[in-house]
Amino acid sequence: MFGNFLDQFWSLTFGGLSLGFIYILIALGYTMVYGVLRMINFANSEVFMVGTFATIIIIRDVFKFTQTSEYATGPRLWLILGTALIASMLVSGILSVLIELVAYRRLRRMNSGILAPLISAIGVSMVLAESMRIMTDSRPVASPRAMEKSFIGKFFDADIRLDNTIIIVAAIILLAILMAFVNKTRLGKAIRAVSMNGNAAKLMGINIDGVVSITFLVGGLMTGAAGFFYVLKYENSSFSIGFELGIAAFTAAILGGIGNIKGAFYGGLVLGLLETYASFFLGTQWKAVTVFVILVLVLYTRPNGLFGEAMTQSRA
Amino acid sequence: MINLRDKGADIWERSNRIERTFIALGFIALAASLPFFGGTFLNTPIADYESVLVYPIAMFVLMAIGLNIVIGKSGLLDLGYVAFFAIGAYTMGLLGTRTSLNTWEILPIGIAMAMFSGVILGVPALKLRGDYLAIITLGFGEIVRIVALNLGTLGRSEGILNIPTPPSVFGVEYSFDSHRIYYWTLLILILFAIWMVRRLSVRRAGRAWESIRQDEDAAELMGVPTFKYKVWAFVLGASVGGAAGVFYASKTLFIAPDNFTLQISILILACVVFGGMGNIWGVILGAVILGYLPDRIRFLSDARLLVFGLVLVIMMNLRPDGLLPRKKREKPLPKQVQ
Repeated sequence: MFGNFLDQFWSLTFGGLSLGFIYILIALGYTMVYGVLRMINFANSEVFMVGTFATIIIIRDVFKFTQTSEYATGPRLWLILGTALIASMLVSGILSVLIELVAYRRLRRMNSGILAPLISAIGVSMVLAESMRIMTDSRPVASPRAMEKSFIGKFFDADIRLDNTIIIVAAIILLAILMAFVNKTRLGKAIRAVSMNGNAAKLMGINIDGVVSITFLVGGLMTGAAGFFYVLKYENSSFSIGFELGIAAFTAAILGGIGNIKGAFYGGLVLGLLETYASFFLGTQWKAVTVFVILVLVLYTRPNGLFGEAMTQSRA
Repeated sequence: MINLRDKGADIWERSNRIERTFIALGFIALAASLPFFGGTFLNTPIADYESVLVYPIAMFVLMAIGLNIVIGKSGLLDLGYVAFFAIGAYTMGLLGTRTSLNTWEILPIGIAMAMFSGVILGVPALKLRGDYLAIITLGFGEIVRIVALNLGTLGRSEGILNIPTPPSVFGVEYSFDSHRIYYWTLLILILFAIWMVRRLSVRRAGRAWESIRQDEDAAELMGVPTFKYKVWAFVLGASVGGAAGVFYASKTLFIAPDNFTLQISILILACVVFGGMGNIWGVILGAVILGYLPDRIRFLSDARLLVFGLVLVIMMNLRPDGLLPRKKREKPLPKQVQ
């Protein structure tokens, strides 16, 4: 068993890393909104689900790929991947902003606490998941394969798959852009200000509603990118996909310390790797249990997550 | 918007003991006579009206009352309430099929099992605050379901079959299709739960929960042993969930992990928030509506959960505190005390 594990260590690690980056991108949708609003963005899982379908529609209906068509190569492949990525990011980003308008804005103005927006967000995610279920006849939808999943190299005997490489590289670029946006731009500064102290930020003349919308937009863009990467890696989607990955990504956000971007990064990586290793040792059916047991242990010793700010202290 | 809760509270305050007894008896009689309205506009298309009364309506009411202790009274966000329901149901399933114990003997065992798991989960989880508690309870709910799905003794995905019905009490026979009897038994359980919650609310525990919900740090500074009372709220909530589970298993005669998904937790939470957190009548109203609605609008067939989601969004935007919210202001002291 353990010998097998060592043999497969690197290929497991690559799979785990690409899964981890998908988690990171979804977790950003939770963690950024939490940082600004101190509210769980429950509908983010469905934003991800819609992102995966946007990708499938681009590949299948816009570029007319079928299960039997030939793989795209060269510049055409990059054009297709780029279009699908941008389309799915935009669709998810806009959807996320709309969700904020419908489910959060009015309640936020009324200062109605945490639970009422949570329930209305649950309502929105039910509407999204159910409409998708009706549109897809409750069946999973396969995405035609647009590119050959060739091995582009070897690393300690492990094959490096092209799709995993694209996911890891593209996700790192996206995260770098995000970090630059949050740390270097004026808007990013406004987001950080609101998440540190909303009232003080308001007094300094920051347009809170605008910042919240931007935060939902950025979270949605990242979640949409995750939707694209998911389809690239697993080549299918279904109406219930949001729920499954949403819980895992939310766990990742908490594991790292919800409300901060670095936390989502490490939480996602740790979760992606652990989940992959755990399903190797214990079988896939126990992976969720392992993940939650680890989460409980981490929170028991470090109540704010691995990199969290002291959320238990002040929550004003 | 009209304030039904204040109106109701006013009438209740102004009436004397005898009038109160009559009001209470009136409501109980109304609730008990619900199974006879099968032929009227209340009737649910497709699903059998009387079985809808038992599950989901009465079952949701019972669980919502239990969850209300955790969320409404002491402000702890529990997203895995279905776990206790599942533990109660599986206790009934296992003991009912493997031993000669009957439902009434298993009921206390199921409640004890649920309370015990409440302690196991609560002691580490309640050290954390707010949203972390939410995710840990959510995880716990999923863990219970996954364990049931993967352990051979719990029947895996086939679940447990042939769970016995409760034996007859005072000559009342429980047979598979006598929904009314189950409904009335549940009504008694619900009344008992309401009585328990109302008694606790006005005593030390209720005051402690109230102070924890309003400001935990201040409560701790004032000498309220907050951790102890949080665990108590959690365990009491669990016990009601466990009781509902035992009864559910013995009603449906067949349980499987699919009956205990996260969706149940979220629906019960929605009942509590939709009806009005912290106010037990609001919670009951919320559970009745949310349990009844999906079956009433079954003529929409495929789109009914979609409509249900829309109703949640619209209602929360219109009445963020729920249909019958808790009292905002505290009641003034009676004259003679001042």
